[in-house]
Amino acid sequence: MKRSLLVIAIIALYLAHQDFWFWRATAPVVFGFLPIGLFYHICYTLVISALMWALVKYAWPSHLETEGRDT
Amino acid sequence: MIPALFVFAYLAIVIYIGVFAFRRKIGEHPAEDYFLANRSLGQFVFLLSLFGTNMTAFAILGSSGHAFSNGIVTYGLMASSSALIVPLSLFLIGTRVWAMGKRYGFITPVQMFRDRWECGHIGTVITVVQAALLVPYIIIGVMGGGTALYAISGGRIPFWIGGAVVAMVVMIYVFFGGMRGTAWVNTFQTTLFLLFGAIALVVIGVGMGGFGNAVNELLASPSTSSLLTREKVSPLFFFSYTFIPLSSINFPHIIIFCLTAQRMRHFKKTVILYPICMLAIWLPAVFLGMAANRATEVPAIQTKLEARQTLATQGATLTPDQRSELRAKAAGDDILLRLLEHYAPLWLAGLLGAGIMAAVMASDSQILALSTMFSEDIFAFYEGKERFGERAQVVTGRIFVIALTIIAYAIALKFPQPIFDLAVQYAFSGYSAMMPLLIAALFWKRSTKWGALASTLWAAASVAAVAVFQSVVTTPKVVWSIGGVEVLTRTPAGTAVFGLLPVVPMVIISALLMIVVSLMTKKPSEVAVGRYFAR
Repeated sequence: MKRSLLVIAIIALYLAHQDFWFWRATAPVVFGFLPIGLFYHICYTLVISALMWALVKYAWPSHLETEGRDT
Repeated sequence: MIPALFVFAYLAIVIYIGVFAFRRKIGEHPAEDYFLANRSLGQFVFLLSLFGTNMTAFAILGSSGHAFSNGIVTYGLMASSSALIVPLSLFLIGTRVWAMGKRYGFITPVQMFRDRWECGHIGTVITVVQAALLVPYIIIGVMGGGTALYAISGGRIPFWIGGAVVAMVVMIYVFFGGMRGTAWVNTFQTTLFLLFGAIALVVIGVGMGGFGNAVNELLASPSTSSLLTREKVSPLFFFSYTFIPLSSINFPHIIIFCLTAQRMRHFKKTVILYPICMLAIWLPAVFLGMAANRATEVPAIQTKLEARQTLATQGATLTPDQRSELRAKAAGDDILLRLLEHYAPLWLAGLLGAGIMAAVMASDSQILALSTMFSEDIFAFYEGKERFGERAQVVTGRIFVIALTIIAYAIALKFPQPIFDLAVQYAFSGYSAMMPLLIAALFWKRSTKWGALASTLWAAASVAAVAVFQSVVTTPKVVWSIGGVEVLTRTPAGTAVFGLLPVVPMVIISALLMIVVSLMTKKPSEVAVGRYFAR
C-alpha cells in the first residue's frame, strides 16, 4: 500500500512539472521579486526532496545492502 | 589581474588536496584503490562529490546565459526536472549498481553488462560509444578553463595559456590522486560554488539596487516581461526536457561514482539532499541571468542587449554571417563574470572567480572515467591485466590520463567551440537513449546482449544523424510535414520531431529496440540471470 502511494506520488510529481497553468502568468510576484512561475518550481523542488525522504524512509531496498559484500 | 591571482591560489589548493591531502598506502588491490578509492567514500564526500561531478561549467555559466536570453524557464527546463529524475535514478538504479559492484567486484558498467548478458565484444562496442559521447565534454572543459581564465584576468592570460594551466592542474591531481583525489577536489569545489553562489546573489542584488526593482522594471517593459514567464518555449519542448536528465545515471563517470560509496546507506542523504543542492546552485544562476537584463549600466551587457535588439528588429534582412556574429555578441555565457566584474569588489570577484573555476573544472571525473574504462574494459578485458599484472594496469590508466589530456588540449586549440557545443548538446540525448541498457540489465530477466547492442547502435546512429542534419540544414524551417503536421523541423536552437526534442523519440525507439530484439533472440543462461535476480 505504501509503495503504491509512493509510485502514485512520483507520477503525480512528474506530471506537476508541466505547470501549464502558470505558463504566461507574470503575477503575483512573490516576496516582491520572485515571479510566480519560478516560485512554483522552487516549491516543486522542495516537495521533491520531501518525496525522496519518504522513498528512503518507506521503500529503501535494504535487501541489496545485505546482498552486497558490505565492508 | 588580482582576481586571476586568487584563481592561481585556488588551483594550488586544488593540487594539494588532489595529490597530497588524502593519500593512503596502496593496498592489495591497486586498481580498485586508484579507480574507485577502494569503495570507501563516506556519505558527505559521496554527496558533494557526486553532485559536483554532475555540475559542469554549464550549470553555472551556461544556465545564467540561457536565463539571460530566455528568462525563468531555464530553471524548470534544466533544474527542477533534474531535481526529480537524478535522485530517483540514484535511488532505483544507483543502489542496485552499487550492490552488484560490491558483490561481483565491478569497476565499470560495461563489466556488469558483460557479466549480465554473457557478452564480450558487444561490451567493447558499448565502451566505444560511451567514450565517443564523453570526449567532447573533456574538450569543452579545457576550453572552459581557457575562456574563464582569460575573462577573469581581464584578457591578460591568453586562451592557450589558461587552457594549458587548467588542463595541467586537472591532469596532475587525476594522475596522482585517482578517484580519491578527484572526489575530495570535487567536494571542495562543490562547497565553494554552493557558498559563492549565495554570496554572488547577495552582492549583485545589493549592487543592482535590490532584485525587487529589477523584476519590476523587467515587468514594466513589453520587451522583457516575457522573461518572467515561460512563453518563450512551447509546452511540448518543456516536456521533452524531462527526458534529458535520464542521461545522468548513464554517464560513465556518474555510474562509476556510484561504486565508490562505502555503504549503500550513503546514498540516502544524496537522494534526499540532491534536489536542495540543485536549488542552491541553479536558483542564483538563473535569477542573476534573468536580472542581468536590467543591468544596462554594465557596458558589456548593454552591448549584448543591443545585439539582441538588432537581431529581433533587423534579423530577416541580415546575411547569415551577420546573424551569427550578432548571436555571438548577444550570447550570455559570460554574464555572471560581467556582473561580478561590475558589482563585486576586486577581492570578492577573485574569490567568486575561483568558485566559477571550480565549476569549469568538472572534466576531472570524466577523464578518470575514460581512463577507468580503457584500463578495465579494454586493457584488462583483452588480457593485459593477466599478462602484465594489476600494477601495470594502473600505470596504463595513468598514462591514458596524460595522453587524453594532451589530445583534448590540442583539439581545443585547433577547432572552434561550436562544434563541441553541438556534440555535447546531443551527447546528453545519446546517454538518455542508452537508459534502456541499465534498466533492462537490472530489472528485466529476458533482456539479451543483442537487445543491448541494438539500443547502443541506435543511440550512436541517432546522435550522429541529428548532428549531421543540423550541420546540413542551418536555417530554421519545416523539413518534413505530413497533412499539415510538422514531423521534422530545424529550429533556431536545434531540431524538433513532432514539436519534441529529438531525445524523446531517441529514448522511445531505443526502449522498443531493446524489447523487440531481446524477445527475438536467445535469452541469457539461467546461471547468468540467477546472479542478478532472486528466484
